[in-house]
Amino acid sequence: MTAPRSSDAIVVGAGIVGAACAAALSRNGWRVTVLDKSFAASGTTAAGMGHLVAMDDSPEQLALTAYSERLWRELAPELDPRSELDRCGTLWIAEDESQLAALGAKHDAYAAAGVASEILDAVALAEAEPRLRAGLAGALLVTDDSVVYPPGAALRLLEIARAHGARVIEGREVTGFAPNGVLLRDGALHADVIVNAAGAFAAALTPGLPIVPRKGHLAITDRLPGFCHHQLVELGYLASAHVMTSESVAFNVQPRRTGQVLIGSSRELMGWDASINHHVLSRMLRRATDFLPALLSAPIIRCWTGFRPATPDKLPLIGRWEPTPGLWIAAGHEGLGITTSLATGQLIADEVSGRETAIAADVFSPMRATHAEHV
Amino acid sequence: MSATRVEVQVDGARLETTPGITVAAALLNANVLGFRTSVRGEPRAPLCGMGVCYECRVTIDGVAHQRACMRVVTPGMRVDTRHREDASPNQSSSATRNRVDVAVIGAGPAGIAAGTRAAESGARVVVIDEGLGPGGQIWRPRADSGASRAASPWIARLERSGAVIHRATAVVDVQRTATGFALRAESHDRTLSIESRAIVIATGARERFLPFPGWTLPNVFGVGGAQALLKSGTSVRGKRVVIAGSGPLLLPVAASLARAGAQVKVVAEQASRGQVVRFAAGLWRAPARVAQAISYRSAFLRTPYSTGMWIVRADGDTSVREVTLTDGRRARTVECDVLCAAFGLVPNTALASLIGCELRDGSVVVDERQETTVSGAYCAGEPTGIGGVDLALIEGEVAGLAAAGSPAKSRLTTRRASFGREARALDRAFALRPELKALAADDTILCRCEDVALGDIDRGWSPRQAKLYTRMGMGPCQGRICGGALECLAGWPADTKRPPIQPARLSTLGADVDVITQPNS
Repeated sequence: MTAPRSSDAIVVGAGIVGAACAAALSRNGWRVTVLDKSFAASGTTAAGMGHLVAMDDSPEQLALTAYSERLWRELAPELDPRSELDRCGTLWIAEDESQLAALGAKHDAYAAAGVASEILDAVALAEAEPRLRAGLAGALLVTDDSVVYPPGAALRLLEIARAHGARVIEGREVTGFAPNGVLLRDGALHADVIVNAAGAFAAALTPGLPIVPRKGHLAITDRLPGFCHHQLVELGYLASAHVMTSESVAFNVQPRRTGQVLIGSSRELMGWDASINHHVLSRMLRRATDFLPALLSAPIIRCWTGFRPATPDKLPLIGRWEPTPGLWIAAGHEGLGITTSLATGQLIADEVSGRETAIAADVFSPMRATHAEHV
Repeated sequence: MSATRVEVQVDGARLETTPGITVAAALLNANVLGFRTSVRGEPRAPLCGMGVCYECRVTIDGVAHQRACMRVVTPGMRVDTRHREDASPNQSSSATRNRVDVAVIGAGPAGIAAGTRAAESGARVVVIDEGLGPGGQIWRPRADSGASRAASPWIARLERSGAVIHRATAVVDVQRTATGFALRAESHDRTLSIESRAIVIATGARERFLPFPGWTLPNVFGVGGAQALLKSGTSVRGKRVVIAGSGPLLLPVAASLARAGAQVKVVAEQASRGQVVRFAAGLWRAPARVAQAISYRSAFLRTPYSTGMWIVRADGDTSVREVTLTDGRRARTVECDVLCAAFGLVPNTALASLIGCELRDGSVVVDERQETTVSGAYCAGEPTGIGGVDLALIEGEVAGLAAAGSPAKSRLTTRRASFGREARALDRAFALRPELKALAADDTILCRCEDVALGDIDRGWSPRQAKLYTRMGMGPCQGRICGGALECLAGWPADTKRPPIQPARLSTLGADVDVITQPNS
């Protein structure tokens, strides 16, 4: 390998993306220091649902998520119980015949990207998930999609990084970047490679990054073992996630390893207000009961919000930030940061080492938005 | 005519029990020791007896996670201690809407007084309470004989006042709106949505539990918890009981248990004799309470009341069998069937924090009129600082008048001022000794909902970190049990409050809010 044994890397942010970058870099021989202003997995990673899904909003997104799912499968033997990995698969639910017809194209797109899936008709869907409402048209089962507990998975990735020599320093706030360096409240640290993996806060550290916080609500039930068996998503979810409207909700429910049912999802653009928006929460919950009527009597034990680091074109920002020598960006993963963390870490590790990447990486360059402005 | 026996089904078997008692009491009387199975597979049974700990969750009529201590047995009721769930249980999502002037949350002495005064002032008032009847914990009605002597006149006055009382109904969320407050509440079969101009927070207190080896065994209760279970119809006749904890509740509970036929073997107060005597001396200012104390003492005259004595551990296989106590020099072991162990009271401030009321030292900050830092939100009784029933009544009256927009009565404010002293004396007298903070071993469970042990957490963490890394405090009790303990053990403050402030049916939270948040027409 061309691993630069003596080279240092600093990763800013110990969320799952920073943890994945640290693991990939340290495995490739980099001496990694991870800095986090709070504690590991305390930001968006703490709030997320933790789905590992192949998502086909765009060919680039599908390539990235499919690649990352492969990396998750390779990592699986190294995960611990705290990561709560569950290969439950995803059911993309078609409500009517026209949506059912769309599943065929989705199936083909997945197949072309190497993602296994199969179409279930109405009867097979009702057998797979008896609590879904009657009269649904069918679903696409994406067999290898999984669920993890994001803070647990992030901690495990940091352990892997540490085992390869990385240092993780929590409670250390980075206030900005300098050429090959990070600025701290009480000085600066230097390294050959700096990675801004500060998630929803990345744009505050690197002005010019097109990242805005996109708020989401989640609700979780008490333990209801066997309530559902797959991650359940309405086919309309992609449309809800794609359009940057001020407010949208979509049916997205997960069975957790604990037996709990995790209920999403909502999207809002309203800055950093973390309070529960009762209107959005109740819309989201009602949408869930449209599909799973039995949820009406389920006990909800907790609701919370989080901020997705969203970009205008729904693709993450992964690659070199040209204005600042030595600075790389690994941020802007919107609602797919858990899925795409491993691919992000590997792309960064390959790019900084000058190696060829497994998938085309230039489409994720954080410079794409700034270039576009000059056209 | 009420039947003398009622038949229910427990895990498919017929059980004849006493009408009017709670499911928890019925199961305890039938010697059911595992109400539920914990995450690690331990059998669990009621701890708090008052709806806080969620340890007594059972499936009732096909609906999982019902608190057995909050439901009364009804003929033909199906109770399951193993998780069981009907495919499509009761799915009603209709909400009854009400618009009132004052919503009082809690019907203990403070809430009863507030509701009464507000309604007598001409305000439209609802009083919402989770208990089976008005009274709260201190005035909890008995399953067999109803309200206590002290409570009856007040409850009668509340009922005459015109206030609407919603029993067995829990407020799960409160929002501030342009015109006041929007509340959501639910009973086991009904959802309620209330808009009010003002609210009175009279949410009372819960017991503080400290983890020690064996505290998760069935038949280990709180002290007030044992009282609550007794009043709910649990039989303690012939049971050998050890009471070990702290605070003025130990004596009256020992007296109640003794009168109900229990053999109270030891009452162990962790505070030193000197501390307790100084506190008791202070009671001479209140002769009625001294007489009360003497009557408690006479009810179990042959029972040793030991000060400076505390619990070390409890042991047993399927249920508590013996308790080890110490005075710091010598440990002794006492055989028992029931252990009551709690260490004072913690104000219930979750609802106040949820709407943004300022807290100081764990209590809600209020002004002369009992108004919190949130305009229109008043608070009375234990959430403003543990002060006992008499102070709660006065604070409730002041809050009720103020919430209804009536002028204050100077007689009340003068009387209120004389009480502050006693609350502080209570804190001093029953300050927890440092040894209690070292009772838990590495394998002692701290978070009973998620079975997180002391050894699983790092005291250098923040509470949020412990929650995310270990699931501590993530269960249905929402940290109400482990939070009070960790405040003592690790100095951790309570986490931020979000709706629901206690587990709620999805249909309650998902009920349409567009209608209830619109301004008054």
